[in-house]
Amino acid sequence: MTVSGWLQAVIYFALLCALTKPLGIYLARVFSGERTILSPVLAPVEGLVYRVCRIDPKREMTAVSYLFALFAFSAVGLVWLYVLLRTQKFLPLNPQGFDNLTPDGAWNAAASFLTNTNWQFYSGESTMSYFSQMAGLAWHNFVSAGAGLAVAIAVIRGVTRTDVKAVGNFWADMTRSLLYVLLPVSIVIGLVLVAQGIPQNFHEYTSVTSIDGMKQAITQGPMASQEVIKEFGTNGGGFVNANSASPNENPNGFTNLLEMLMMFAVSAALTYTYGRFAKDQRQGWALFATMSVLFIAGFAGSYAAEAAGNPIVHQLGVSGPNLEGKEVRFGAAASTLFGTISTDTSTGAVNSTHDSWTPLGGLVPLVNMQLGEIVFGGIGTGLYGMIVFVVLTVFIAGLMVGRTPELLGKKIERREVQLAILAILVLPAFCLIPTAISILLPVATAQLGNNGAHGFSEMLYMFTSVTENNGSAFGGVSGNTYLNVVTGIVMLCGRYLFIVPAVILAGSLAGKRSVAETVGTFTTYSPIFVALLLGVIIIVGALTFVPADALGPIVEHLQMLQGKQF
Amino acid sequence: MITSRRIDRRPQARSLFDRAIVTRAVADSFTKLDPRWQARNPVMFVVEVSALVTSLFFVRDVIVHNQTPGITGFDLAIALWLWFTVIFANFAEAVAEGRGKAQADFLRRTKTDTQARKMVGGNAVMVNANELRKGDLIRVEPNELIAGDGDVVEGAASVDESAITGESAPVIRESGGDRSAVTGGTRVLSDYIVVKISSNPGESFLDRMISLVEGASRQKTPNEIALSILLSGLTIIFVIAVVTLGPFSIYAGTVQSVTVLIALLVCLIPTTIGGLLSAIGIAGMDRVLQRNVLAMSGRAVEAAGDVDTLLLDKTGTITLGNRQASEIILADGVARRDASVAAYYSSLADETPEGRSIVALAEQDVAASGNGKPPAGGTFVPFSAYTRMSGLDLAGGSSIRKGAPDAVRAWVRERGGDGASVLASDVERIARAGGTPLLLAQDKRILGAIYLKDVLKPNMKERFDRLRAMGIRTIMITGDNPLTASAIAREAGVDDFLAEATPETKMGLIKREQSSGRLVAMTGDGTNDAPALAQADVGVAMNSGTQAAKEAANMVDLDSDPTKLIEVVEIGKQLLMTRGALTTFSIANDVAKYFAILPAMFVTTYPAMQALNVMRLATPQSAILSAVIFNALIIIALIPLALRGVAYRPRGANAVLRDNVLIYGLGGIVVPFVGIKIIDLILSALRLT
Repeated sequence: MTVSGWLQAVIYFALLCALTKPLGIYLARVFSGERTILSPVLAPVEGLVYRVCRIDPKREMTAVSYLFALFAFSAVGLVWLYVLLRTQKFLPLNPQGFDNLTPDGAWNAAASFLTNTNWQFYSGESTMSYFSQMAGLAWHNFVSAGAGLAVAIAVIRGVTRTDVKAVGNFWADMTRSLLYVLLPVSIVIGLVLVAQGIPQNFHEYTSVTSIDGMKQAITQGPMASQEVIKEFGTNGGGFVNANSASPNENPNGFTNLLEMLMMFAVSAALTYTYGRFAKDQRQGWALFATMSVLFIAGFAGSYAAEAAGNPIVHQLGVSGPNLEGKEVRFGAAASTLFGTISTDTSTGAVNSTHDSWTPLGGLVPLVNMQLGEIVFGGIGTGLYGMIVFVVLTVFIAGLMVGRTPELLGKKIERREVQLAILAILVLPAFCLIPTAISILLPVATAQLGNNGAHGFSEMLYMFTSVTENNGSAFGGVSGNTYLNVVTGIVMLCGRYLFIVPAVILAGSLAGKRSVAETVGTFTTYSPIFVALLLGVIIIVGALTFVPADALGPIVEHLQMLQGKQF
Repeated sequence: MITSRRIDRRPQARSLFDRAIVTRAVADSFTKLDPRWQARNPVMFVVEVSALVTSLFFVRDVIVHNQTPGITGFDLAIALWLWFTVIFANFAEAVAEGRGKAQADFLRRTKTDTQARKMVGGNAVMVNANELRKGDLIRVEPNELIAGDGDVVEGAASVDESAITGESAPVIRESGGDRSAVTGGTRVLSDYIVVKISSNPGESFLDRMISLVEGASRQKTPNEIALSILLSGLTIIFVIAVVTLGPFSIYAGTVQSVTVLIALLVCLIPTTIGGLLSAIGIAGMDRVLQRNVLAMSGRAVEAAGDVDTLLLDKTGTITLGNRQASEIILADGVARRDASVAAYYSSLADETPEGRSIVALAEQDVAASGNGKPPAGGTFVPFSAYTRMSGLDLAGGSSIRKGAPDAVRAWVRERGGDGASVLASDVERIARAGGTPLLLAQDKRILGAIYLKDVLKPNMKERFDRLRAMGIRTIMITGDNPLTASAIAREAGVDDFLAEATPETKMGLIKREQSSGRLVAMTGDGTNDAPALAQADVGVAMNSGTQAAKEAANMVDLDSDPTKLIEVVEIGKQLLMTRGALTTFSIANDVAKYFAILPAMFVTTYPAMQALNVMRLATPQSAILSAVIFNALIIIALIPLALRGVAYRPRGANAVLRDNVLIYGLGGIVVPFVGIKIIDLILSALRLT
């Protein structure tokens, strides 16, 4: 590890802290329907949308109606993208003349982009037409992020409200997410990225002869506009296969920093928004602190492992960090920082190949996802995922102080525990069971790039990634019909089966009366509560995966120390 | 009525681990293996199924003569220890039930078939107690058992209630007032009473008490259900983690036996709290019972732990019940003799301690005046919470009243007199000093003020400090005027007071507290208290009180000691804390168990895994077995903690949380590392694996 490496992380974190409060306040104002700096321009547009769509933003929905609206909206989006990908050959803006996708490929991509996963079995530059990219994938990059943000706001409302049945209006939340948050930032930052050299055109690929005489096709297209929402909406689906390792998606250190900030920006700000809704900023900062501890620990772990490098390589006389699969222009620090952030959130964008990290370095992205992507987490999803853990922690802590547990004055009872544990069950169920089935099926194991412990890591990583809607791949796995269909199903289950109990939980809390706070009430922002929350996240969330991880990255690491390589 | 010399003749004085109780519990541990019983507890049900499956694998080993060295013995050892795990959990529950069952047996003996004199048209007819119905009247003579619960409608008698309360000193039960309730199964010692039966057979207080102490009608409390759901959820998660490990290990080329996977599963699921959960609940109820409080449901005990506001009656709770009249202050121009006689007459029929003390104070003056006998034909006007006065209406049309100053002044005004400022400064002086001023009036004229002195109970200030440390606010309820009330409140150290309380203002206070999100507990005994007892989240009725109060409350204090409420609150808190502490401990244990079992499972395929064997356990088999044995023994080791409850000191929630996280969270991580290592050393020394 180097000072400059750590300095990059410190500067990054300082910028994130500085961004959290102003953006958090902005989000709180937007979703409370208050005036914001952009209202003069956007309020008329917002009003027009409501009039055309006949939405009454003031009419709030119960948790169940909110979910129905979300499901209806999602179902239409799923069908739209599937049809688009199956017919792109006949549609405009296809200068490379790409063919229609196969049924399983279209299904997988549609589920993937709908759920904010952006798991890609294909290479974008040789599969997707510009029209598919823009009208299909980019559309979902926006609305899947908008849906996540809307659900998070509904959950925040539910947790912080008292004695009300409703959690908000889905259509209004969605409209505001897109209009006030995702679109303006995408336009401004998109232009910055263009200025930094990311292409934004509809040209055919340029064919050039490189210095060493090789023929090369320079991929291009409407990239900058995709790039910004890829990170800001924690989507992660690259325009090209190399994702943010490609110079066209991520040309320099500044864009790298910008892309990393974009990934955490909204998720970190939402902790402040939560505090604002709770009328107690300490509640929000406690979540921010919990997330920060896990983030810094994850980065330190993977950076230490990558900077230490591979002892087998060292024996060959090559010293220094592990740079296999990394862009030399980013180096070990910026690569592990990017990878940590990308798997803390549901982005899954990569600027290096996680498959080539050292075993312990590669364990960090895996564990980040297995924690439930609550380390800031995906746009919206991180916050409501964290709140589920908070509910469980409050329950256990409350028992320990001898009082029926309360979160923000509302009692956590049977129903809340039931819903929280249902949500927690989703990850182990949909990650481990499909992995267990697939690892024994030749149709699946044939697609692995390696065998032995590393092959197992690839399979485990894949199902963890799709269940958590991350979308990053360990690399090495290539898709086929079986995997396309199964991972598509898992992505939908991973997202929606978590959202349902989370929103109903919020609705249940919204309907509760608030009880008075006394010295007999423990505070949910004290350091000891943060420590307990961390304990619950690690023991209930991550320890479940210890047996599986032990057979993957952990045994790989131990074998590497003994000189075995894959 | 409350004596400190309580002779306890009931079996509840036994220790938790009384020999008879333990013997009975051992037998019960085996009968509770019935799967229908285990199914109530999902965690232990999984363990029982696991024990059964490993036993079947052992039987298979024996039949097919499994040649793998040591495997038959290993399978047997795992199977046996899994059975022990279930039996240990059963034992914990059986011990917790032990005292209650013993007490129920005792009460059943009390409930022998009693004969009763049923009053039919003025004549007594002998009938069996079980033929009595609500509303029947029975007459009970000395040395007879009262055949059923009811209210005394005629007469007064001393009653031995030791069968119910354990209190040997007889109590007075009389018609009218707040001491009219009698309980079936108690014995009349002197005089006779006529009782109006208030319950049908099978629904009596004694029946309810038997079923409560025995735990027959025990239902899981809301908090216990919520915790069970959490534990079941964790169990499902670990079932998924372990079952999928089967295929994973096949891919890794190290096929795991079902026995080993089951051992891992049982170690990971929260068996410690799962096995002790019902014992903790039963023991909590039992602790309440040890204090001679009968909780009508576990829910009420749990709610007691949540209480934010405690309403305490001043009289009997904060002060000793008997206020003493110490002085009669005369109004201008009133002769001492006239005032004393009026005070004496108006108090003669007043059986309250205050009334008697006034009689005693005035007696000398009255004797000197020679007017010892009150004029015939007078009617005594008893005290009521509405009029806040009592007195005597004389045959000649003249009336005497004594009572709360504002009430007496209003009464005088009604009669055309004007006593607005008479003795005002004296009344205020008495009140400021914490005494109770009474005004004494005859018709239009105020004669004087009576100074009743309140005597505070000892150690009340410390108790209120304890409550404040727990975050509980105490409010003193009194019929006194605000001045008196505030003086006593200050002296006793309560947080707030409600003066000049009537049933309505009391009810209003409860509702106000509740609507601002507080849980309210109160004690009461009179019929007037019944609506408030029902409205309060925790209502404790005094056993000496009326049937109405006892029915409205969710707890009955058999000792009729209102300060008991404070102890019930502590027990409620301790109950939840014990659950939370053991849950945290149980979950934290998993860390060490992973380090014991995982390397053992895979070390043959991946020798590098030996690096994770941080405890340096001897062999893979002894590692797994040690973890399973630890998992079983920790249940036994924690039974005393589960039954007695975790140590409780009244402090703020954040301090309690910090300490318990350190003790049970960190302790839960460390203890199994040590325990498993020790068991492994013993197993190796004995060459058992």
